[in-house]
Amino acid sequence: MKHSAFFWFVLPSAVAMLLFIFFPIVSVVVQSLHSAHEQVIIEVENCGPFGCTKATAIDQEATAALREDQPLGRFAGLEIYKDRNHLATAQIGPLWEQSTGIGDFIGKLMNLPFYKAMGFTLTFTFVVTPLTIIFGFVIAVAVNSAARAIRGPLIFFSLLPMMVTPLIGSLILFWMVDARGILGTALRWLADDPSLSVKADTGLMWVMLMVYGVWHSAPFAFIVYYAGLQTVNTDTLEAARIDGASRWQQIRHVVIPHLLPLTTFIALMQLMDNFRVFEPIVSFNASAHATSLSWAIYNDLGGETQQLSSAAATSVLTIIGVAILLSPVLIRTYRDYGKAA
Amino acid sequence: MNLRHILMTGSFLVAASASTTMAADCAIDSGRLSIVGNEFPAIQTVARNAQACDGLSEAKANLTADHQKINLAGMQGDPAEYTTAIVANSSIVALMNEDVIRPLDDLVAAYGQDIPKNQLITINGQVMAVAFMANAQHLVYRKDILEQIGMEPPKTYEDMLTTAEKIRAEGILEYPLGGAYMAGWNLAQEFVNMYIGHGGDFYEPGTAQVSINNEAGLATLEMLKSLSAYMNPDYLTHDSNATSAEWEAGNVALMNMWGSRTGVLMDAEGSTPEVYENTMVGAPMTVAGGDSPASTLWWDGWTVAKNISDEDAAATFKAMKHGISSAILNNETMGEAVWMIEGYQPAPVNEGVFSAISMQTTPYPMLPHHGLLHTALGDNIADFLQGKESAEQALSDIEAAYMTAAKEKGFVN
Repeated sequence: MKHSAFFWFVLPSAVAMLLFIFFPIVSVVVQSLHSAHEQVIIEVENCGPFGCTKATAIDQEATAALREDQPLGRFAGLEIYKDRNHLATAQIGPLWEQSTGIGDFIGKLMNLPFYKAMGFTLTFTFVVTPLTIIFGFVIAVAVNSAARAIRGPLIFFSLLPMMVTPLIGSLILFWMVDARGILGTALRWLADDPSLSVKADTGLMWVMLMVYGVWHSAPFAFIVYYAGLQTVNTDTLEAARIDGASRWQQIRHVVIPHLLPLTTFIALMQLMDNFRVFEPIVSFNASAHATSLSWAIYNDLGGETQQLSSAAATSVLTIIGVAILLSPVLIRTYRDYGKAA
Repeated sequence: MNLRHILMTGSFLVAASASTTMAADCAIDSGRLSIVGNEFPAIQTVARNAQACDGLSEAKANLTADHQKINLAGMQGDPAEYTTAIVANSSIVALMNEDVIRPLDDLVAAYGQDIPKNQLITINGQVMAVAFMANAQHLVYRKDILEQIGMEPPKTYEDMLTTAEKIRAEGILEYPLGGAYMAGWNLAQEFVNMYIGHGGDFYEPGTAQVSINNEAGLATLEMLKSLSAYMNPDYLTHDSNATSAEWEAGNVALMNMWGSRTGVLMDAEGSTPEVYENTMVGAPMTVAGGDSPASTLWWDGWTVAKNISDEDAAATFKAMKHGISSAILNNETMGEAVWMIEGYQPAPVNEGVFSAISMQTTPYPMLPHHGLLHTALGDNIADFLQGKESAEQALSDIEAAYMTAAKEKGFVN
């Protein structure tokens, strides 16, 4: 391809990426390096239907002058990254000294908001991603070997969890596992423990969030694998059958190697998606038991006083986290395909 | 042809529901009205009536429980998307902090001389909002269950615990108490109530330095934990809506609930006669022998955006003034809230809020940095209630989380 043709070909997407991905990230990074101006507080008297009270308020004129002077706020450097609500660099040392052992240290570390969120986020990512891939593959193989007549409806039903809006899907589950819901009551009966409640127990809540995660994203893996299965070379399969390969051996030695590149793709997508776990925590009202990095950003922005810099710092840490997570897969892909190109 | 038939019926229905509020003459020639606010019956009434004003070039309302997440962003633009935000004494602070609402003194002088003085919210001598209703959390109880065990409605939280124990002991309900204890804003609100009831001060006098790690703070947490032992084990996931659903299902006998939500509990919808006929409201409770109730007083009112033209501001002011005039009161809207509107006649459902006012309940603090403490409280109390950490640890976590946030926002050094 000519250089000029190539240039005009990629220009639209390059501009879109610059505008909608690169610049926003730059702005988030800049925001995370600044904190708000020192507030100029004045004493005021507030009067209303319940009488007058002495209170404080922000002096808007003085603040306007400060804003004029430094529109971005005070330069804070890496202060926000290091504070207690993020990496807590100053807190970790003393915690280590106070701790009696590794277990105790981890317990205390989980009391700090960032590490608490990180603990759940990583557990979720590394449990849900492999399970999604396994379930997706199993469903794809099962559907592919079903009679042609019922394949259409089967595919439709297998895709349903992905079609349901995440918030709605998790709300349905939320009421089903409620202490008085159908699943919650069934679990009590099974465990023969009248006080058992999924939503009151941190461990069970984690399990439920992960079950939801797999339920919601397995259809994605399924549809990718199902498409892949249509391209498996039937000659090779037939040859394997003539050689006397069992069904399992056909899958193990023909189908799985054929689908390996797809697995890399699904793993990449799922690692990214699961690291940003968010909706189930909100709709299960699970923040007492599990928080994630995305939830922390939402919480910073959702309070009555928005903490933009704090949210920006967590966002940058999330991007770094995703980059670290994906790096092994990306490096492998580069080695495999990069040389050939 | 069937399709056309259905569409016609649909448009008739829309037309019918829209026409329940008659168009009104509010002396508006032109200008824009765009409302953002919380979603409950009283606010819907105000918004509907304000929108009904003749002469507005545009009249729309966005009422949602997530109003606090969008009102600031929607008023920072120039011109602002929302010309008015319906706020309460906590949420006005966020708008004041960012300087997106305008003083109303000139508009009051020109068009609002007849608004009673006590409805005007003045901050530092300037009118910043016009209040139209009062709200507070107070006791809601089941008359039949209390009669069954032969006890009076509790006046203190200690009584509430004794009553709950008796209900449980007699095998009537396993979890007799309800409460909006969902981790986050709701749970933090319960702490604020109880801490005020214990006579605690949130800050060192005259500063933004938090100070809750004290006797009052410890007693507050212990009381919240004692109460939670009588609640549905899922209490940390129940907000006001879920708690109301529990009440309507007949699973709860006593709870501390918002006055603005009790009307729904006492009407015939969504429940059985046994529950709604026996639902009664009482005064807010005190705690630890204190005089002031463990509750907070709230007003709801409207503001006018700063970044809009004078024409839009005047139109919005006139329309909202009509939205809270005595013309909006009728049999249906009367019981929706404790209105501050002339001609309002209190219904039994409103007694709880009136008791809260007459008992001189403390108004929710209107301080520029209190929102940060509310967030820190909401994030850190659940660990203690679940027995994962001590009360002292929870309080010091709250203080540390708040101080970090307050430092970032420039309130402390």
